[in-house]
Amino acid sequence: MSLDNVCGCSAAEEIIPLNKTNFYKKQRRVALRNCGVIDPENIDEYIAVDGYRALAKSLTELTPQDVIKIVSDSGLRGRGGGGFPTGRKWSFTAANQADQKYVVCNADEGDPGAFMDRSVLEGDPHCIVEAMAICGYATGASEGYVYVRAEYPIAVKRLEKAIEDAKAYGLLGDNIFGTDFCFNLHVRLGAGAFVCGEETALMTSIEGNRGEPRPRPPYPAVSGLFAKPTTENNVETFANIPQIVLNGPEFFNTIGTETSKGTKVFALGGKITNTGLVEIPMGTTLREIVEDIGGGIPNGRKFKAAQTGGPSGGCIPEAHLDTPMDYDSLLKIGAMVGSGGLIIMDDTSCMVDIAKFFLKFTVDESCGKCTPCRVGTRRLLEILEKITDGKGTMEDLDTMEALCYYIKDNSLCGLGQTAPNPVLSSYRHFKEEYIAHVRDKKCPAGVCKNLVQITIDPDKCKGCSLCSRKCPVGAISGEIKKPFVIDQSKCIKCGVCIDTCKFGAISRK
Amino acid sequence: MQKKISKIPFKGTPEQEAQLKAVIAECKDDKSRLMHVMQKAQDIYGYLPYEVQVMIAEGMDVPLEKVYGVSTFYAQFALSPKGKYNVSVCLGTACYVKGSQDVLERICSELGINEGECSADGKFSIEACRCIGACGLAPVFTVNGEVYGKVTPDDVPGILAKYKNAED
Ligand SMILES: Cc1cc2nc3c(=O)[nH]c(=O)nc-3n(C[C@H](O)[C@H](O)[C@H](O)COP(=O)(O)O)c2cc1C
Ligand code: SF4
Ligand code: SF4
Ligand code: FES
Repeated sequence: MSLDNVCGCSAAEEIIPLNKTNFYKKQRRVALRNCGVIDPENIDEYIAVDGYRALAKSLTELTPQDVIKIVSDSGLRGRGGGGFPTGRKWSFTAANQADQKYVVCNADEGDPGAFMDRSVLEGDPHCIVEAMAICGYATGASEGYVYVRAEYPIAVKRLEKAIEDAKAYGLLGDNIFGTDFCFNLHVRLGAGAFVCGEETALMTSIEGNRGEPRPRPPYPAVSGLFAKPTTENNVETFANIPQIVLNGPEFFNTIGTETSKGTKVFALGGKITNTGLVEIPMGTTLREIVEDIGGGIPNGRKFKAAQTGGPSGGCIPEAHLDTPMDYDSLLKIGAMVGSGGLIIMDDTSCMVDIAKFFLKFTVDESCGKCTPCRVGTRRLLEILEKITDGKGTMEDLDTMEALCYYIKDNSLCGLGQTAPNPVLSSYRHFKEEYIAHVRDKKCPAGVCKNLVQITIDPDKCKGCSLCSRKCPVGAISGEIKKPFVIDQSKCIKCGVCIDTCKFGAISRK
Repeated sequence: MQKKISKIPFKGTPEQEAQLKAVIAECKDDKSRLMHVMQKAQDIYGYLPYEVQVMIAEGMDVPLEKVYGVSTFYAQFALSPKGKYNVSVCLGTACYVKGSQDVLERICSELGINEGECSADGKFSIEACRCIGACGLAPVFTVNGEVYGKVTPDDVPGILAKYKNAED
């Protein structure tokens, strides 16, 4: 008797194993390998899946230089946004002599819509503890700090428990594995400031100050936390370390592309059927992510663009759907891998409006230390507001572009230097949409309220009066059984009437 | 966003002070734990009034302006308490067009405080919010979650009286 007879389902409804579903088929889990698999609060479960073996191997079989060589050879690059080669970063700190050095883990995860670092901390906290200890050994640091955003209380709790348990097992503290290597870890909480994700601001914040960035040089490898040589890496970067050390560089550098090795976790969201975290080999094309893993755009709508890197990143239009998702390919088309936020937009999204949305975010989050960012982003936002209000001129577009470059070139830290990216990249790929707003006073996607009109088609309207009763501002009037009309001077374009009309008579243009 | 330090009288209890002192005692040898102390203080008091900032500055042996500077830099630190009754006025588009700004101003003048502040007796605080999804009732405001819709400025005194006269 076959199995489907037992369970009563036909072969056509066969249950597909998770790893064969379209969502998982193209994924490969390195950083997320333990998430959802082991109990994150149980150190024994982590140890059972080779946990702390990479640390044992480092301390007992490898010199610090060996560890750095393995990490360098793996080709791992920073996952926090910059993509700097991790092995090289470690070697800089290792080369500096000091009485005290530090390891810092950046778990501030500020990109709105991204949550991979949170998933690692909540699902596999020991992996970060182990990786930071390995980094401490490789660079000669005996103290580490994890800076976690305060909005992640579960991550904080699990991390603190992991540190306690590791201490109790002798995996942190003095003379780890009977060697003379000592390492201690501390957790510090952020308090809601995006700029603190920037490495120098983060260190300033750990020191107990306003989280304002510092000029570089000196680089953290020379003078970082408490003015001591410091290695700072992102959560996902660290999450790859134990596997690399344990399995050797080939394990990692055989995945991915020529210059971007390994896997990257993206937080897939927006107008897409399957949302969630996806970990894919570097170089997977955006099309594979959108169509195969993401299951396409819902409601029969059309893909318009994808935004990567959140408020620091850029957009990728349909023409570039076949771009491999890796550091260099994305930079070439004016976007970036960023920390891994990946928002899909369909034809109902207005690119000018999206650029404005991200810019509002950076205006709010600019720390105010330097003028190009503090004042420049605000002026830029005003230009975008003027455009979306239908008051923009063609000269405004030129001013906008020039201002973008001015802000990029003159801001002190990465926040200001990348703030214009969403504007520049959408202007590059969707110039005609900007021009439509300015010259034709039209928003092709029907989003910018001052540029759309809500109208009732008299041929379709049955005169039921439902819309006029729902309109919050009383803009709709008419006689029962005759076509109703909208008073454009009153209408606030809330769209309530469109959803109310049973005959599809009301539309947005 | 600009933050203003609350002018309402400080009503900390000796128990709260003892709790804060314990936190300070644990952290005072490490000045980098200032933010941690402030986070704990906010857990204890609900916000960071002047008096608490002074206690922290003295306890941690850092200048008061540093404590104040940190408290205004990070979005999470509150400088004003929420009142027993928190009045939240919707300034979303629908409500704004229907005159919620006038309603807000009337509420402020009735209670004698500004948006983002708390009244001296700790009874009322006022905040502005974005659309709460009740646009059909615009303009809308809420008092501790209770929704008042289609209000005019002249309705304000009557509604607030209910709370002003409520038993403590
Ligand atoms: C405004 C701004 C915000 C940032 N936010 C984060 C963040 O939330 N998480 C992160 O890991 N890196 C963030 N970064 C990047 C860090 O400065 C730093 O480059 C990175 O953490 C280094 O680690 P990696 O080499 O492992 O990527 C941010 C940078 C800037 C300029
Ligand atoms: S670029 Fe912006 S965030 Fe960075 S230091 Fe200047 S003002 Fe602050
Ligand atoms: S869009 Fe909103 S305000 Fe305009 S007519 Fe329809 S319901 Fe009224
Ligand atoms: S705008 Fe006020 S409830 Fe929607």
